[in-house]
Amino acid sequence: MDHAVEATLTVNGREVRRRIEPRMHLVDFLREELGLTGSHIGCEHGVCGACTVRVNGQIVRGCLMLAVQADGCTVETIEGLSDSKELSSLQKAFHERNALQCGFCTPGMLMAAQDLVLQKQKVSREQIRAHISGNYCRCTGYQAIVDAIDEVINGKG
Amino acid sequence: MAKAELPLHAPGTQLDKGYIGQSVPRPNAQRLLQGRGAFTDDLRFPRLAHAAFFRSPYAHAKIKKLDFKQALRSPGVITVVDGRAVAEYCKPWVAVLAHLKGIKSPEQFALAIGRACWQGEPVAAVVAESRTQAEDAVALIEAEWEELPVVVDMEESLRGKKIIHEEFEDNICFKRELDTGGVDEAFAQADVVVEETFHFGRHTGVCLEGRAILADYNAAEHSLTVYHATQAPHMMQDIFSRHLGIPEANVRVIAKDVGGAFGIKVHVYPDEMATAALSVMLRRPVKFVADRLESFLSDIHAREHRAKVRIACTKEGQILAFDLDDLTAIGPYSVYPRTSGIEGNQVVNLTGGPYKHQKYRAKMNVVFTNKNVTCQYRAVGHPIAVALTEGIVDLAAQRLGMDPADFRKLNLIADDAYPYTFPSGIKFEQLSHHKALDLLLKVMDYRKLREEQKQLRQKGIYRGIGLAAMIEVTNPSPAFYGVGGARISAQDGATLRLEPTGMVTVLCSVTEQGQGTEAIFAQIAASAVGVSLEKVKVITGDTGVTPYGGGTWASRGAGIGGEAVLLAGRALRANILEVASQVLKMEKAELDILNNEVVNKLTLESKMPLAELGRIAYFRPDTLPVDYQSELTVTRHYTPRQYGFTFTNGIQASYVEVDADTGFVKLLKHWCVEDSGTVINPMLVDEQIRGGIVQGIGAALYEECLYGPDGQLLNGNMADYLVPMSGEMPDIVCAHVETPTRQSQLGAKGVGEAGTAGAPGAVMNAVNDALAPLGARVTAMPFTPERILKALGKV
Amino acid sequence: MKAPAFAYAKPRSLEEAFELIERPGAKILAGGQSLIASLNMRLSQPELLVDITGLPGLSEIRLDRGVLRIGALVTHTQLENSEDVRRHVPLLAQAVPHIAHPAIRNRGTIGGSVALADPAAEYPACLLALDATVVLYSHSGERLAGAGEFFRGLFETDIRPGEIVAAVEFPALKKDERSVFLELTRRHGDYAIIGLAAHWGADKRFVYCGAGATPVFAARASGAKTLEQARHALKEDLDPPADLYNSSQAKRHLAGVLLERAWTTLSKPH
Repeated sequence: MDHAVEATLTVNGREVRRRIEPRMHLVDFLREELGLTGSHIGCEHGVCGACTVRVNGQIVRGCLMLAVQADGCTVETIEGLSDSKELSSLQKAFHERNALQCGFCTPGMLMAAQDLVLQKQKVSREQIRAHISGNYCRCTGYQAIVDAIDEVINGKG
Repeated sequence: MAKAELPLHAPGTQLDKGYIGQSVPRPNAQRLLQGRGAFTDDLRFPRLAHAAFFRSPYAHAKIKKLDFKQALRSPGVITVVDGRAVAEYCKPWVAVLAHLKGIKSPEQFALAIGRACWQGEPVAAVVAESRTQAEDAVALIEAEWEELPVVVDMEESLRGKKIIHEEFEDNICFKRELDTGGVDEAFAQADVVVEETFHFGRHTGVCLEGRAILADYNAAEHSLTVYHATQAPHMMQDIFSRHLGIPEANVRVIAKDVGGAFGIKVHVYPDEMATAALSVMLRRPVKFVADRLESFLSDIHAREHRAKVRIACTKEGQILAFDLDDLTAIGPYSVYPRTSGIEGNQVVNLTGGPYKHQKYRAKMNVVFTNKNVTCQYRAVGHPIAVALTEGIVDLAAQRLGMDPADFRKLNLIADDAYPYTFPSGIKFEQLSHHKALDLLLKVMDYRKLREEQKQLRQKGIYRGIGLAAMIEVTNPSPAFYGVGGARISAQDGATLRLEPTGMVTVLCSVTEQGQGTEAIFAQIAASAVGVSLEKVKVITGDTGVTPYGGGTWASRGAGIGGEAVLLAGRALRANILEVASQVLKMEKAELDILNNEVVNKLTLESKMPLAELGRIAYFRPDTLPVDYQSELTVTRHYTPRQYGFTFTNGIQASYVEVDADTGFVKLLKHWCVEDSGTVINPMLVDEQIRGGIVQGIGAALYEECLYGPDGQLLNGNMADYLVPMSGEMPDIVCAHVETPTRQSQLGAKGVGEAGTAGAPGAVMNAVNDALAPLGARVTAMPFTPERILKALGKV
Repeated sequence: MKAPAFAYAKPRSLEEAFELIERPGAKILAGGQSLIASLNMRLSQPELLVDITGLPGLSEIRLDRGVLRIGALVTHTQLENSEDVRRHVPLLAQAVPHIAHPAIRNRGTIGGSVALADPAAEYPACLLALDATVVLYSHSGERLAGAGEFFRGLFETDIRPGEIVAAVEFPALKKDERSVFLELTRRHGDYAIIGLAAHWGADKRFVYCGAGATPVFAARASGAKTLEQARHALKEDLDPPADLYNSSQAKRHLAGVLLERAWTTLSKPH
């Protein structure tokens, strides 16, 4: 039975109109339909944070949102935010401090980090750790990531 | 032999060592930062089909009937197959090795035939146009089962009243005994004998990228290309070739970006073999990615041990002997091809490792159970050996009223005692236990922390300091697997090629999963040849392109792959200078390469850019002497030969605060001093250590695969299985001692697993140190609030 | 893990919604932070998801005559950022940062949390501690359910067929009233091992989450005069079921620890 529903969403600045099966979650839609494979799937139950993308300016779990629910919404992925240079400072700090190893958590981690950067307030290391506490990284042990975010928000030194 | 030197450039120049020792950011991290990596699940192929698996819901059951009628009618389904159908394409395997005397395991098929032996074992496969459709069809498979007795408990398995495999008389996969002799005498003479039983909870790797394989069989060529998130592409090439009946050279294995591996992705998985077989069967590309739920059920587990250990000491605190009885529970099969006997074997080899006692006895049993299979996972056996050693050492120190650091000082093997053969037979080239301990105590300001601890105790705040000294296996020779008959290569090769524009391409058989393999190879190659770092391009993980080698495991990438790159780099430099001497009509000895230019070695005057040399060599060889042929592609291999394993040493410290009301442990800080020989990129080494430590903290405090009495996994999802997240982890201070190995010119030992080896022991000792004034002690990992409250007598 | 197939509808009016939710196999979708996870794991097989996030009038926070009315579709983030909530229902403001993580809070709603009634969830305990009222809409109009009657059993509420949670109404904090929310988790954002919503007004009310199938009002402890008595009485109030990691005794012990910490905090002079 065809349950497909038409949805129109803006992804990384471009309008996309598709008939989408309701059961397809947003990150599968981005990866499979639009070829935007920068957002990753780590658990599909909302815990690991690998699928974190931005919808209407807010970070969400791409695996816990149906693609059809993004109808009328603005969706931004790691590719879009890289090309727009919005993430440049974080990406530079991550690179210089090796705040990534395998890179699988990195797009989601950058989304969560940028969410904190956009709040435009000085934060403590504990607050940084709390803000990214929903993004699982197995490789780094988190310290380099905290250091990188600390540098971008609070400045070097 | 003289200590390893690195005279890579004209003496006196700033680039004497080139990039060796510099914390250079990884060139290949840029694409990952932009979400522009290529993980196996990112790849798109025409006619790509997707596999999903029907897995046994029972821990042990006969498969009476499988009915695929409904599944076959499900939309998008291409085929539904059982074990017999796949067995026609894929031969079974038995995971035993000759050097593990007496090891046994039943035959294992890609899809179980007739009987499922653990909950989650793949029993049937669906291939469909999409993963979603494949899962829909899996849900329509009907099966009839006859449940069989389940063995879950390791002691019960050892007792052998219920035998899991009818072909065997017991449930013992492997056992080993070791006895130096004189152990009972040592215990009889000892002033102090301390005994403890430690339990280690079974846990697993939880790589963020699920296991992934995309097999692409070309029927016209009888060739198979496998895009595989594997640590060992050549090993898999050999296995696909032999088990699928495809000539070795017709099999190409390509590891693209891999999202974490830690040993989880170096083993043979039945569902992955089935996927490859299905591609051959269907003559089209087939992809399988393990989702998180099936990862918990079927990715290898590890480290389920019950270890009884005794230590004998004099009243002055000198260790006389260790006596170990270790029992470990694996799954129903030994895992192919490395076997599930290695972890226990390592526990026997390594217990007591840092210390200078002479007497040692160990007894170890590896038993089958109807839980998920287990095999090598980061630091294989070390976390157990270090924790039980350092745990009993702390207990002995406590019994003698000695400070734990002083007790260790008294017993660590002296820094000038090398080479040294340890009671278990392992040989140490040169370690630096005392230097490391001294540096650790200084870096952490041990005395100050002890003072602080004392003050706070008076206020009812319970902090603990835990030390864990360790040795770590790295750069293994063929002694690890090869001698047992495994087609696992302990040598690696590197091909370096000068491109016409003066860039250098490095092809190496060691692989990358984020640790920085490609970055350090670029640093070594650039240094060895004389080019700047951005001129170097590294390619790994492709059996069709790189030399033959072992891949990444046992902390061997830098020491073995790095040495091959260094040797090839030096050879390429020599060949470049050959060409230069022909072109410039100067003696080779007068020339050097510096910063992408051929230079006068004495004056450093630039004679010719490498790009110009490349142009001449490749496009104008007519201008060179008629009997001269340039060779600007060079391959070198390296095998560690002198020592079976190149051991490193390190020591860690954990500082914790235990809330005696709630049983919660707060990690205040962690330190690690590590001696891994020549450090190529300090930042990458420190980050490997940090990541490894947090993984070990996971084992100590959070992670356990919980099974019910019927062999059902109870917590196989990310909400219930607790991995370390950022909110609870400490900052980690790393410091180094550098004792290069003399077996190679690079002098690099390995470091990837060291953090994980020592962290659980350090944290355990810290928790027990915190609990000591309250008369409580914990010995079963993970140290959950429940276990700590029980020890405190509060529940 | 891919969800099984279902149909999807997004009503634009309440009338449309009421009709849709009465269809066989229909399930309400709001934030989806719990529902979609369970669908991905194939734990349920609805025929139709009715997305109510387009319905008007359910997303406001409004103070009116001493009652703070929070619309069902108010997200956790909106609640977290609301000055009105901070001032008038500080217990909620203290609880909300414990809910999962920012990305989840941006989508999850108070209506969804209340309707799901997860025994470890923070809001139900807060509702019970504050004696809040759940406002339900249906064909027949509006119905009010007191928190005490609303949470009936494990994931079971008083929501009747054809009803949706429209809002939750909380009495605004009066002068001299105090509240505190405490929770014990192994990691930031985890489901609570045990949590305590404590409100001191005319009476003391200690309500636990993670201590039973529904939020548990520790009646005897709440009626005690001293902390000593309260701790003692708690043993009879609570019989928490064990979970994967924590025995019943451990949970009861931890409940006592939270009780003591809450009592100490609430006893401090203003």
